[in-house]
This record gives sequence, C-alpha cells and structure tokens, in this order.
Amino acid sequence: MSTVVIKTEKLTKLYKLSAEIVRAVDGVDLEIMAGEFVAIMGPSGSGKTTLLDMLGCLDAITSGKLEIMGQDVSQISESGLVNIRRGKIGFVFQDFSLLPTLTALENVQLAPFFARQKDSSATAKRLLEMVGLSERAKHLPRQLSGGEKQRVAIARALAVNPQFLIADEPTGHLDSKNSQAIFELLKELNSKQGLTVILATHDLGLGKQCKRIISLRDGKIQN
Amino acid sequence: MNTITISLKNLKRKKIRSALTIGGVAVAVAVLVSLLGFDKGYQKSLTDNIDKMGYQLLVTAKGCPYEAATMMLKGGGGLRYMEQKVYDNIRTDVRVDKISPQLVATAFDPDLQKGQGGYTLYMGINDDYLKLKPWAKFKSGKWFSGGDVNEVIIGFEAAEFETRSVGDEVFIPGIGQILKVVGIFERTGTQDDGMMFIPLASAQRIFSLPGKLTGIGVKLKDIHQITKFEEDLYSVPEIQIISMAQVRGTILNLVSSAKVLANAVAFIAIFIAAIGVMNTILMSVFERTQEIGISKAMGASRLDVFKFIWSETILICTLGGTIGCVLAIAGSGFVEFIIKKILPYAPTGKLVSIEPKLLISALIGAVILGMVSGIYPAWRASSMKPVQAIRSAE
Repeated sequence: MSTVVIKTEKLTKLYKLSAEIVRAVDGVDLEIMAGEFVAIMGPSGSGKTTLLDMLGCLDAITSGKLEIMGQDVSQISESGLVNIRRGKIGFVFQDFSLLPTLTALENVQLAPFFARQKDSSATAKRLLEMVGLSERAKHLPRQLSGGEKQRVAIARALAVNPQFLIADEPTGHLDSKNSQAIFELLKELNSKQGLTVILATHDLGLGKQCKRIISLRDGKIQN
Repeated sequence: MNTITISLKNLKRKKIRSALTIGGVAVAVAVLVSLLGFDKGYQKSLTDNIDKMGYQLLVTAKGCPYEAATMMLKGGGGLRYMEQKVYDNIRTDVRVDKISPQLVATAFDPDLQKGQGGYTLYMGINDDYLKLKPWAKFKSGKWFSGGDVNEVIIGFEAAEFETRSVGDEVFIPGIGQILKVVGIFERTGTQDDGMMFIPLASAQRIFSLPGKLTGIGVKLKDIHQITKFEEDLYSVPEIQIISMAQVRGTILNLVSSAKVLANAVAFIAIFIAAIGVMNTILMSVFERTQEIGISKAMGASRLDVFKFIWSETILICTLGGTIGCVLAIAGSGFVEFIIKKILPYAPTGKLVSIEPKLLISALIGAVILGMVSGIYPAWRASSMKPVQAIRSAE
C-alpha cells in the first residue's frame, strides 16, 4: 500500500490586498501518494504557486490542515518548518534560483550543508554526473545555459534525498527543446527512483504527460 | 564549504564597495592605533627624557615657570641669571646627593640655517655634570684639561651636524673666541645631544657673565624629602624650584587637550566606519533578498542566515582592522613627523609607540565593531519570510 506523502483538508490561504481579502487558495482537499507525478495546472493567478508554497512549508497556512508524511504541520513554528524543508522537500524554481557566487558544485552542496550532512561533496558530484553536468561542476551560474542551470537546480533539490520534489514552472524560462529535456529528467527521477514530483505548469503538453493533473481556478480544485 | 568561504565570495561580488568599506575601517583603526600609540610613546619618551636629565629638581632664576620648564628641556635652564652663591649654599645641604651648576648662553651664528642665521647653545658645566649623568660617555676624546680653558665638548648630534671631530677648532661668532674640540659625547637621546659644553668658569668669562648661573640640577639622597627640600628653598629670594614631576605634569597637561580632541576625532571615525559597514551590509542584504529566500527554502535556519551576514561584517572589520594596524605601523614615522611639527614641546626618542598589545587590542576592537555593526543587518536578513524573499524579484 502506497504511503500518503501530502494530505490537505480545507487548506486555505488568504491575503489582504489593500482593503480587499484575496482567497489565493480556497479550501483545497488533496492527497498525494508516494511515487506520484502530479501536475498542478491553471491560469495565472489561479493559486498554483501559493498552493506549492504551502505544500513546500515555505508559507504559513491561513486555515485548514496540512500533513506532510503523516505529520500535521498546520500549526508548526518557523524553526519546525525549517527542519521539515531540510530533510523532506526538494525545490526547483522557474528562474533557477542558483546562488550566483557559488559554482555549480557548491550550489548542489548548499542544501546538504544546511542539513549538516557530511561528505556533501561526493553526493553533489554524483548528482551533477547524473544530470550530465560533471564537466561543468566548477562553473558559475552565469557561465551556464538556462537548461544547464535548471539541471543544477534539480541536482541541488535532490541532494538531501527528499521525500518529494516541488517544481514551480521549472520549464517556464526554457525553450521547447530544453523544456522537454528537463521534463524528461523529472519523469526519469519519478519512474526510476520513485521520487514523488509535484509540478506546476502552464504547458498543457507537459501536463498531459504527467500521471495526474490537478486543475486550479480561483484557488479551488476544478476536477 | 563553510560559512566563511561563502561570506568571502559574497564580499568579492562587489569588490569596489567592499574595498571602500574595508578602507574606511582601516583608516579609522589606523588613526586610533596611531593616537593611542602616540599617547603611550609620548609619555614614555617624556619620562625617559626627564630621567636622563639626572636630577629631580632644577633651581632657576625667578621667571615664568612654563618658560623655565620649556627652556630647561630645550637647553637646561631659563635664560635668566642667578648668583653662583646660591649653588654654594645648596651644595652644603646634607640632603643633597649630587648637584650640577649650569650656565646656558647663546651665540648668534649668521651662517646657520642656510645663511639665515641661528643660535648655537653653549652650556657651561663643571666636573659635577658627569656625576649627575654617569651614562654620558665619550665617543671620542676626553674631559676638559682644566677649570677655565678654551675647550669644548660637543654633543653627538651637534658634532654630526657640524661634522666636528676632536682636535678641530670652533669659532664663536660675535664674540671672537676660538675653542678647541677635546671630546664628543655618545648619543644620549636627550637635548644634550645638540649642545656644546664648555667649562663653567670659561663660559662665565667668554660670555661676560662672571659669577652667574642659569640653573642648578639637584638630586637628593632620598626622593621623599623633595617637598620639604623645596619648601626650605622657597625662602631664598630670586630663585624658583621646578621638580621634574611638575615639568612632566605640566607638559602632559599642555598636550592633553589636543589629545582629547584627537581621540574624539578617532572615535567619531570609528563610529562612522561602523555606520558605513552597517549600511554596506544592509544594502547587500536587500540586494540579495531573493537569494536569502532561496537559502531558507534549501533548509537554512534563521541562525544560518544570521551567521552568513554576521560573518561578512566581521570579515570586513577584521580585514579593515588588520590593514589599519599595518597602516599605523607603516605611517608611524609620518605621524611622528607631523606631531613634532605641531606640539609645543616634543621629547626626543620615539613618540609613537605601537606595541603588540595595542595591535591585538585594536584587532579585537575591530572584530567587536564588526559584531556590533552586523547585528541589525543580520537580524533583518534572518527575519525575512522565505516565500516573500523568494518572490521579491517578481
């Protein structure tokens, strides 16, 4: 029987914008099982990023319940959330978000460094090799192409051996060739290593290749 | 990979900005070290100078005590005269250990200072001089052959300056007297190095000041008797007594107001440097908001982020402090040159004394400066909410 990785009940996020209250995520009930490859789709402003931020424990929830690997994190403190992010969650962002002063290898080492893991260098080298960038280990982000940067970001997300990977529009800044290559890499991680991937995308073509699609509109699940 | 390497890489990102901030700290630390080094060096040099006079009390003719103190340090006595009988009276006092009469006279030499003319100082002394200053040694030659002879012993620097050696003849312009150089003293590090010494009786004869003295240096057997001894001499008319402790205090008072001002400037410089460091790092924190958010998403705790930013300010201040110490050591000669130009009286010897203890204190101070000025930027960075920080660029 598959493990439940993420479970939400009436998950809600409200923002105050001037005098208006915006319901960015509005009562989402969701269950994601280990090994799933889920695409979260929807137009701009539908609440995809806000939902991913909450699932990734980057943002506090307004109301409802959120469980990560069976642990209720709805009311957990900031330092508690840090510990969950450290060991369980890998992030890939649209704009790659590599630290510009660190080399590709050092960027991959960053998450294990924060998790106080020893021998992070060997892990980082292995992951760079896996994403096909062992030759570029000593290059700075500005010396890499967009596709290469996103591969480094994926290697970095995997460095702490996460329970699931959150990828927010990971192909948004890439051309179609690189987009497909990055998507293939994520698919391979899911199929061969059983990594749970939650992907937000605009691209219907990519979404259709995922095992499951969750459509959002105005902060609510459509299907 | 460690916190320091990551912080160093961040500082290298904006090289000019980091260099300017480090430079600001370096200048502030250099100024502070130089001033504190001067404070220590000046007191030490002054005490050394006064100790090397060999006497605890100087008896002079009545006059302005400040003038007397300055003149005495420059030439051994105020140019007011008293009768030699004062000396004869004091020398018989049982409390006196050593005593040396002096007659300082000047002669105008039109050839000095590139033809502009200047005064040469002559000091009449007798055999007691060597008893009071046993450290005075001859570089060449020997003591006078008699009590009233046309001979001169030259201080080390005066001999070097005028390229005199034993056997040369010295002409006193305006008076027309020729003196034979019989000895040259070794360097003592005091004003005596620039003096021309002649026998007391000869000085009184040559400068037409029979039976006159400008000063009497006195060393007592027991230093604790100094106050009582001074009181006893107050009854003698036409003289005043200056104790060396008094001279030291007077001179230190003269320079203390300048010192307070200079220290205030140094502390303001340090304060401005601290604000500069805080501003630089704060600016850098705002520029890196998104990166800080990413680091938090990668698992950095508040403490991790605090340490990154804090170590940047500590690195800036430590580097600045180190450069400042090197600058202070390298520039101590220049500072000494300026101080000697400005101060009303500067003792001989090293005026700026930068000891290892001072350098270590300055470095520790610089690290503390980094710690204090880094608290606010580091706190701002560590308090950022990850999601807001990540989305800050959007």
